[in-house]
Amino acid sequence: MKRFLPLLVFLALAGIFYWRIVLIDRGDMPNDIPSVMINKPAPVFKLPALFKGEADFTSAALKGHVTLLNFFASWCVDCRIEHPFLTGLKGHGAVLVGVDYEDKNADGEAWLEKHGNPYDRVVTDARGRTAINFGLYGVPETYIIDKQGVIRYKQTGPMTPDVIRKTILPVIARLEK
Amino acid sequence: MKRFLPLALMLFCIAPLFFPPAARAVMPDEMLANPALEKRAEAIDARLRCPVCQGESIADSNADLAHDLRLLVRRKLVEGDTDKQVIQYIVARYGDFVLMKPPLDRDTVALWTGPAIILFIAALAGWNFMRAKPAPLPELSREEKAFLAKLDDDAGREDA
Repeated sequence: MKRFLPLLVFLALAGIFYWRIVLIDRGDMPNDIPSVMINKPAPVFKLPALFKGEADFTSAALKGHVTLLNFFASWCVDCRIEHPFLTGLKGHGAVLVGVDYEDKNADGEAWLEKHGNPYDRVVTDARGRTAINFGLYGVPETYIIDKQGVIRYKQTGPMTPDVIRKTILPVIARLEK
Repeated sequence: MKRFLPLALMLFCIAPLFFPPAARAVMPDEMLANPALEKRAEAIDARLRCPVCQGESIADSNADLAHDLRLLVRRKLVEGDTDKQVIQYIVARYGDFVLMKPPLDRDTVALWTGPAIILFIAALAGWNFMRAKPAPLPELSREEKAFLAKLDDDAGREDA
C-alpha cells in the first residue's frame, strides 16, 4: 500500500489539473472575477457623444429598453476581433451603445470609419471614470442592462459568435420579456 | 556546523521573498502636493489589488487601470473621504477581490487557512521522516560470514 502512495498522490494531482483544463476549455477562466455590479442599478453617468453634434448619453436614457453597453477602444486588439460580430446583435430589440474607452476621439472615429459602425449610439469615456463606476477591468467588456436600468449581465472579453449565440442573445431574450 | 549548511543556503535563497524590492509605479504627475495626503494615498494603493494584473497592488502596477485607480484614490482623498470610504468606494465596484487582504468569510476560509494547514502537514511529515529509525541491517549470509572470517585470517597472517 505504502509504495503506491506517491503514485496515488500523482494521479490525484493530475486529475485536479486535468479537470481545471477541462473547465478552461468550457470557458471558465480562473482569472475571470465575478462582477459585483450584477443586479445593481447602472451607475449614474453622462457621457459625451463621439460624433460632433450628437447629444450626450446619460444613464436616464437606459430606461425603457434593453441596452448593451459595449466598452471598446481603437487601441484594443480584442475589440478588433469582436467588432465584425457586433452586427449580429442587431434586430434583437436591444440598443447597442458603444463606449470609446480611454481613446482620442479622432482615433475612435477613424477606427469606426475603417471597420464599420455597428452601434446605435457611440459615446466616449476618455478618462475612464465611468468605466471604473461600472467596475470595468479592461476592454472589450459588455454590460447588458434591463429596461429598468439594472445591470443583468457582464461579458468580459470579446463577444465571439459562440458567446453571442449561447449567452448574449438568450440574456437579451429573457430581459425583453 | 556542516549540517546547518543546507539550511543556511535555503534561507539565503528564499530571503528575498521576505524583503520584496520596493517597486512603485506611482508617477510624479500623479502625486498629490500635500505630503500627508499623498502618504495616505500610497498606503491605500498598497492595499488595493490591480484588477488587470491580479498579482500586484495598484501601487506596483503599471497597468492603465491601476493608474486610473490611483488617480481616483487621490481625487477621493482631496474631496475629503476617509481611507475607509475610499476603499469602500472601490470595493463596491470591484468586489472584495480588489483587496490585497480580503476579509475572512465563507469564500475565503480556504485562502486564509490553507497555507497554515499545508505547512502543518509538511511539518508533520518532515518530523516523521527525521524521527524514523533506519531499518535494521539484514543478517549476513553464511557465505558472507565465511568470506569475512577468511579476510580476518589473511590480515592476521600478514601482521605476523
